[in-house]
Amino acid sequence: MTEILLEAEHLKKIFLSGKTSLTAVDDVSFSLREGECLGIVGESGSGKSTIARLLTRLLEPTEGKIRLLGEDITHMSGKKLRSVYQKMQMVFQMPAESFDPRRTLGNGIGESLRNMGISRKETGKKVEELLVLCGLTPEYAGRYPHEISGGECQRAAIARALAVDPLLLICDEATSALDVTVQKQILELLTELKEKKKLSFVFICHDLALVQRFCDRVLVMHQGKVEETGTPDEIINHPKREYTKILIDSVL
Amino acid sequence: MEPLLRAENVTVCYNGKPVVEDVSFELQKGEILGVVGESGSGKSTVMKAVMGLLGRDGLVTRGDIYYKGNNVTDMPEKKRRKLRGPEMGMVFQDCRAALCPIRKVGVQIYECLAEHEKITKAEAFRRAEFLMKKIGLEDAERILNSYPFELSGGMNQRIGICTAMLMNPSLLLADEPTSALDVTVQKRVMEELLQMRREYGTAMILVTHNIGLASAMADQILVMKSGKMMDYGPTDYVLHHSDNPYTRNLMNSVMHLNRVKVGEDDD
Repeated sequence: MTEILLEAEHLKKIFLSGKTSLTAVDDVSFSLREGECLGIVGESGSGKSTIARLLTRLLEPTEGKIRLLGEDITHMSGKKLRSVYQKMQMVFQMPAESFDPRRTLGNGIGESLRNMGISRKETGKKVEELLVLCGLTPEYAGRYPHEISGGECQRAAIARALAVDPLLLICDEATSALDVTVQKQILELLTELKEKKKLSFVFICHDLALVQRFCDRVLVMHQGKVEETGTPDEIINHPKREYTKILIDSVL
Repeated sequence: MEPLLRAENVTVCYNGKPVVEDVSFELQKGEILGVVGESGSGKSTVMKAVMGLLGRDGLVTRGDIYYKGNNVTDMPEKKRRKLRGPEMGMVFQDCRAALCPIRKVGVQIYECLAEHEKITKAEAFRRAEFLMKKIGLEDAERILNSYPFELSGGMNQRIGICTAMLMNPSLLLADEPTSALDVTVQKRVMEELLQMRREYGTAMILVTHNIGLASAMADQILVMKSGKMMDYGPTDYVLHHSDNPYTRNLMNSVMHLNRVKVGEDDD
């Protein structure tokens, strides 16, 4: 048995706006083993992105616990939380928006390294390595986000996430804004990283075909609740719940 | 037979720069043409050229577009306006953005109709309600009395389709009509569009980057890449038997669900 990397227990998030409240995530539990890839699928508004934000502590959960390598990170803050981010990184949906438009890509990718106290010279070297690893050339370090295409920008975003050598990547619709040809390239890159670096993934995506190609296990979400879990083939071929069936039948 | 719409070697320039080059296609009555390609390949520009919505900077510099035998590229604006709506309808990618945010949906639908025919508000509402029920908007009365932000994305999209279809155009231009929608809603909208064609014989141009959607709806497919026409032909040919390397690459990038069920996609 491999070790359990990430564990979520009875996660719940309620958003309050004035007098009304919205339960975005309702009692969601799951665990992720090392080297495993967990896909989360569902319609918009089903709470997928909220889960990603809870896991990365960008949002405070209303209830529940998150454990990373057995350590409770639900209420960590400051220095301790920063050390968590060396194990866990996130790739966002809009690559161009997740970079500072006024700084070069190299600056964004190397920021985490400089924060760790690594010298500028060494950071520069590492950034070049990372860019090459993600299928770009070292010259990209000097470019600005608006100068490159969406696919290239997403590669740079992956390079940035990999800078600190994380164990876990959380991808929130990382390929959704991209064209199919580029999407395929990014997916190939992620698969390569998964094998080379033994990375684990939480892969949030609304495209079932993509999840089937990439993930070991799937969580189907509907209105904040987990509808079904299982291997992609199991869920796609033998959906147990009515909602899952509708979802699968809608894929063209 | 004279085709409903014919584009001949159309080249469109924005500020003197060609964006679409040498695109030709034909559309018969009741036919659906799917225009696919990556973002920035000029799909939407083709659509805008047909509709005459290129704006001040855009210009059809070469080639002609014929609608029912009339050349629309050099038609005076006044005459074109008469075509837009009763003859050619358009559904935008984000219908919520296409509607005015501070006015109720029903009033806006009435305004569209009143532009082209003499009609009372009550009559416009009655017709809108009838069509809405047909395309799966149950609570028509409430919807007509709502603001766009009070309705979901899928509802807004269906209002866009409804508004375009109310004047019963012969040609419907749909620019990514389902891209902003969830798969379950997308399927319903798709079925509604197909139903419109069955009932009214509407021809459609469907611009989309979703090849699954194009293959499910279109009779013919036009593949575009950086403003040029890569491939054009019957859906089955383009999807499965094309010799064009770009088309092949594009089709191979599309991921299909692997299902064991019989009678599903022939892929």
